[in-house]
Amino acid sequence: MLQQIDRVEGLQRINEFVVKFANVNGSGSASANALFVKAVLRMGITATPRNIFPSNIQGLPTWYEIRISEAGHMAARGGGVDLMVAMNPQTWDQDVQSLEPGGYLFYDNTRSIAPEKFRSDIVVIGVPLTEITNKAYTDSRQRQLFKNIVGLGAVSALIEMDPVVIETLLAEQFKGRDKLIAANVQALHMGRDWVKMHLEHPIGLTLRHADTVGDRIFIEGNAAAGLGAVYGGATVCAWYPITPSTSLAEAFTKYCGRMRVDKATGKNNFAIVQAEDELSSIGMVIGAAWNGARAFTATSGPGISLMQEFIGLAYFAEIPAVIFDVQRAGPSTGMPTRTQQTDIAACAYASHGDTKHVLLIPEDPYECFHFAALAFDLADRLQTPIFVMLDLEIGMNERLSKPFDWDDSRRMDRGKVMTAEQLESGKLFGRYLDVDGDGITYRTLPGTHPTKGAFFTRGTSKDRMARYSEEGADYQENMERLLKKHNTARSLVPVAIERKAPQPTRLGAIYYGSTSPAINEAELLLQDQGVQLDLLRVRAFPFGAEVEAFIAAHDHVFVVEQNRDGQLRSLLVNELEIDPKKLGKIVHFDGTPISARFIAGAIAASASVKRLEKAVS
Amino acid sequence: MTFIAKPKLHHPELHKNSLGYTRRDYEGAISTLCAGCGHDSISAAIVRACFELDLPPHRIAKLSGIGCSSKTPTYFLGASHGFNSVHGRMPSVLTGANLANRDLIYLGVSGDGDSASIGLGQFAHSMRRGVNMVYIVENNGVYGLTKGQFSATSDKGAKSKRGVINSEEAIDLVGMALQLGATFVARSFSGDKAQLVPLIEAALKHEGAAFIDCLSPCVAFNNHEGSTKSFDYVREHNAAVNFLDVISAREEITVDYAPGSVEMVTQHDGSTLRLRKLHTDYDMHDRVSALTYMQERQAAGEIVTGLLYVDPNPRDLHGHLKTSDIPLNALQEDALVPGASALAKINAGLR
Repeated sequence: MLQQIDRVEGLQRINEFVVKFANVNGSGSASANALFVKAVLRMGITATPRNIFPSNIQGLPTWYEIRISEAGHMAARGGGVDLMVAMNPQTWDQDVQSLEPGGYLFYDNTRSIAPEKFRSDIVVIGVPLTEITNKAYTDSRQRQLFKNIVGLGAVSALIEMDPVVIETLLAEQFKGRDKLIAANVQALHMGRDWVKMHLEHPIGLTLRHADTVGDRIFIEGNAAAGLGAVYGGATVCAWYPITPSTSLAEAFTKYCGRMRVDKATGKNNFAIVQAEDELSSIGMVIGAAWNGARAFTATSGPGISLMQEFIGLAYFAEIPAVIFDVQRAGPSTGMPTRTQQTDIAACAYASHGDTKHVLLIPEDPYECFHFAALAFDLADRLQTPIFVMLDLEIGMNERLSKPFDWDDSRRMDRGKVMTAEQLESGKLFGRYLDVDGDGITYRTLPGTHPTKGAFFTRGTSKDRMARYSEEGADYQENMERLLKKHNTARSLVPVAIERKAPQPTRLGAIYYGSTSPAINEAELLLQDQGVQLDLLRVRAFPFGAEVEAFIAAHDHVFVVEQNRDGQLRSLLVNELEIDPKKLGKIVHFDGTPISARFIAGAIAASASVKRLEKAVS
Repeated sequence: MTFIAKPKLHHPELHKNSLGYTRRDYEGAISTLCAGCGHDSISAAIVRACFELDLPPHRIAKLSGIGCSSKTPTYFLGASHGFNSVHGRMPSVLTGANLANRDLIYLGVSGDGDSASIGLGQFAHSMRRGVNMVYIVENNGVYGLTKGQFSATSDKGAKSKRGVINSEEAIDLVGMALQLGATFVARSFSGDKAQLVPLIEAALKHEGAAFIDCLSPCVAFNNHEGSTKSFDYVREHNAAVNFLDVISAREEITVDYAPGSVEMVTQHDGSTLRLRKLHTDYDMHDRVSALTYMQERQAAGEIVTGLLYVDPNPRDLHGHLKTSDIPLNALQEDALVPGASALAKINAGLR
């Protein structure tokens, strides 16, 4: 029977609810959590997990929240939780509070908990997990690890998760280690059998096989970007560990180990250096790219701050560099394990002096992969730093994504590099000579020709032939050419994608990056309230002509972002000379991922919407 | 200030090396440093070393940071690509360049402000990584471009031109390089061409992190009474442990020194270093005793110069990283891009 304080009518939902696991960091819960999500996915139901964790290694609380949605919603739902698996006594009160009325609280009742620690409007489910595992196992490590699986078994029986699916996943995970498979399956059923014997089941939240996953893959954005760097031909990676970017460099390392070791010689077609700091990592990237290798670094906000001087050098001396910025909440150390889109302005105008940089902003793992590969082509083509702007939400959470694809006929665009043959044939070489009129000049690589093409790369001002010059005219011409080059970039970066509302509307919203799933859902919520919204997803800076056209075509445009100051909105105002009154600022910046409820609420409440509604009526 | 092109008029009888280059082919633009600057002597030594070793100038990449010393790459090896990076960060740029193309020779030129103050971290880490390079610090113990402030290598008690006494301890880059695992460590003096040229040659032949601390008096701000980096002071206190000849693999080795005072060292590339030992008890293959000896002589007020430590069989960063023998910047799609079928397998593993 359910151990309830009062008989409560629990929530009744099929394939559409939120489960949250409250874990103790370092207790081995991660693999059981992952198993849970994968089982939901294998049942054909869209599931989107989020790690919620402190900046800590072991002992502090962590949560794993899973949005289960046959309708396909992948954003954080916002609001309370429907099923809380409360395994952490430290966060008990907070976890109990986070349940929706009618929600279900699952806990280990081996030790009794005082009645006042519960709520009267939730369904309480006690399973003596510690007692069960202590009876079955003598080794303390086994007790800890299998407790997670016994718990998974118990929950799976309560929500009618298909046990065959879990067993298949265990068999895949421990392939070739039959004893481990058997032990895990046994623990799983220990939990399931206990529930079946002692409790009413299922509860009101249940899973049914569905078909909403399709051929999509499940991967974190950082891993996708690391793989994209492999496909983009990156050979030099210099990095310094920093949350939440570390797993990007680690993924590159892993994929290089699998796919970039020469079979005949056993030698590496890559070089990865963990540098002493971010200054050194960007310095190595610039040195390698100057010398013709495709090179990148992965970092987060504090690293971007440290790299400023070098970024200015790469901009001014025109050296390709790819920088992945997996954003976290700033300023300063900020909230290292919380998400934000907060380095947009800092990267767009990084370094002292007049600078403008190219940013690519992916929305999901698929774009993380493709924009990573593209960044290396753009860096070589434009001979300038290219920033790929991820955030913790995209980077460090596994997400369903369109499978990766690749055209084998694709060739790396190495840009304007003059060869020894071209130099020998007498072709005029001036390192900063704009022969094509697009602001992009030819470069030579060190060691190319015995007598021709050598030049001096420097951060000081120079003339078209790369000779040191403090002449005002030389300096100004060079700065204007750099601006022209930036304008050339407008036509090379991914275009913004527009999605029209079902009915004609004068209202628009601009958004980018990890806001996608939330705005996709918010759009539906708003339509239910009669608000029609055309959407434009910006995927790069500088902005293409389509961004200007979208703003011009609407009376009012909301700019939805995850930072305090509306950084992209400022860029739109600044770069496109838009009247700020026309751009509504919708910002979410508490460090949690933006939700559909938040966006819909903020837009619906906005004065502009009310004004427009009045005008219509 | 604008670039000054040096006329490329060659004397028809100018001596040519085995590649057919004359010394002039290794020169750069006319120096804009102060007349008599020690740095210009070092540039001349670099020119001579590269010429004598028959190195193709375009296969050398010269990199520097910011400061008087870092300006000098303009004044030598005009046919080489150069990179004047940011203050104190030449080592990371050089490391990256080296990773991209292991086939070029990397010459890093820096100063005491650039390497011992703002860039101490990068100096240290490039040494411990074993980057295959020649790293020369043109050490004058003073900030010249900003008019005479003390640097981190200024000796405690030294007097500045304005009469200020330095109260801070000096950083000894040679001691640090030894501790940090550099596989070739030397100190020399810009005024001693006979010692410096062979040291640069030996460092160029060395296939690992080679460091030369070259005392280079600043005629404008650190050449006065009370300075410990002046021409007079260094000449008076110089205690050379050895003198060096570099013999390339193809040349015959003849020993014309008294037995016991000569040591032959065969480097990894087959070249031989012939050392005329001035201090017969000095062991340049022992890091620990090299450090001890240096510190003892320093306490006695001497500046030890010469080849202080060498590992004849160094392992460089590429060795540690097991990098491809083909330079990374020359690899094409077939070696770099795994292709659609590999991606399909990855997709399958992510479901």
